[in-house]
Order: sequence, then structure tokens, then C-alpha cells
Amino acid sequence: MTAPRHDVEGLSVTAPSDTELVLSRTFAAPRALVFDAFTRPELLRRWHGARGWQLVVCEVDLRPGGAWRFVSRGPDGAEMGHGGVYVDVEAPGRLVQTEIYDGWEAGAALVTTVFDEHEGRTAMTATVRYPSREVRDSVLRTPMERGASQAYDRLAELLAETP
Amino acid sequence: MGADVLDATFAALADPTRRAILARLARGEATVTELAAPFAMSQPAVSKHLKVLEHAGLISRGRDAQRRPCRLEAARLRSAMDWLADYRGYWEESYRRLDDLLGELNAANTGSTESTGNTGEPGQEETP
Repeated sequence: MTAPRHDVEGLSVTAPSDTELVLSRTFAAPRALVFDAFTRPELLRRWHGARGWQLVVCEVDLRPGGAWRFVSRGPDGAEMGHGGVYVDVEAPGRLVQTEIYDGWEAGAALVTTVFDEHEGRTAMTATVRYPSREVRDSVLRTPMERGASQAYDRLAELLAETP
Repeated sequence: MGADVLDATFAALADPTRRAILARLARGEATVTELAAPFAMSQPAVSKHLKVLEHAGLISRGRDAQRRPCRLEAARLRSAMDWLADYRGYWEESYRRLDDLLGELNAANTGSTESTGNTGEPGQEETP
């Protein structure tokens, strides 16, 4: 079910287990549009990436068994590639895909993205299951590793999960 | 923060009882007896959780042999949270760009028929 507080808090990231991350966020658009924005290269190129990272390759074969591949170029010309295969495509409500970053040897992650629409807004929940803790930790460190940021709100949220 | 340290930290945080213990310790140090009180759990069981937290560097124990009060090691917890927050920050920036894009698409779409993906498949009907 949708948690309305995402409207004001932006993206929520939780680590429900050693090998999983769950990202949740609400978008002010119907899910058909959000689904398109997540699956159409000409739209993906316009938003995917931050902090100087941008998609330079974006290939999507949107059908079960179809491949996808993204390459992002970042500051100093660094490149990072990742891709995988779509496992399940149920537009506009659900997308299941494997994901592997170039250089991983531990196997692919499985990403399940669900789009729930309510009153014209779309709650996205992406559950990423990594093959191991090491892989989860390494993907989080590249290319997003930056200096420490204000994080006490995250601490508060994590601790607040417990009654 | 090294991967092994993060591993230990997140493994320790994965358990709801241990998070509850940390939440209690965020309000000040406490003994095992005090920590066990709110849980339907024996002191040895709580001690086991404390060992995991101590191993992960999330808490430290006092030297007083009788009481051995536990206290939160906020720096370690903050490192773990910074790491998650940074990942969140990266994607939140991306999603803000997506907000803008969706705003444009929404405006362009008003009054016209909905776009439902590019699969050429009939697609799934919106569930009520």
C-alpha cells in the first residue's frame, strides 16, 4: 500500500535485509507515464543520472527475455555500464528485470519495480535483491560515493521503524 | 568505511530487536536489565543481541563489572546512515529530474489519449 508520507519526504531507501534494498517514491503523474519514463530510452536519457552522470547508451528491448543496457558517463569521463534481461513486463504496473554491473562476478541482482496509481499519482516501489551483501555494498559505492551528508533523518527513520 | 565494517553494521541493523535496543540507547546508556525490561525476552537473549551490536561497533559496554552499561556509538551508526543517505541523494536528484519530465509529459498529454508504453502489446488495464 502507498505510504502518503513519501509525497513530502521524497525517496525512501531501506535495507530490509543483508542483500536487499527497497526504494520508494511517489510521482505526480499517472502510472502509464511513469512506466514510459522508466522504459523508453528517449525519456530515460532525459532524467536518469545525477551529479554529472548521464546516460550515453540506453538500449531497451521491452519484452520478457529482452535485453537492456545502460552506459553512464560521469565526471572525468568515467564510464559505468550495467544491463540485464527483462523477466516480466506488465505495463504499466510491474517490471521485473535482472541487473548486472560491468565487472561484477558475483551474479545478477533481481529488480522488481511496482507502480501503483492512486488519484493520478504513482507510488513506485523498487525492490532490489542482490546475490550477496558484498555486491550490494559495492554497487552502492560506485559511482555514488561522495563525502558524508546530513543523515540524521535517515537514522531517525530507521530507528522509527521499531515501535 | 570498509565493506566488512558495513556488512557487520547492516547485519546488526537487520534485526528489529536490535534496532529497538539502539533506539532505547539513543536516549541514554542502559544496563542489560533495563534493556531487557520492555521485551518478552530473557537477559541472556538480550545479551546475545548486545554482543552482535558490540561486534558491529554500534555500542560499547562500560567497565563497571556489575552493571556494564551499554551506550550507543553514534559515529558508526552515522557512517552507515551516511552511506545509505548518499545513495538516496543520488537517486533523489535523478527522480527530481524525472518529476520535471513527468510534469512536461503530463501537460502535453492533457486532453489526449494516454500513452501506455511502447511494447505494442495490449498492456494491462488499469486496476480500479
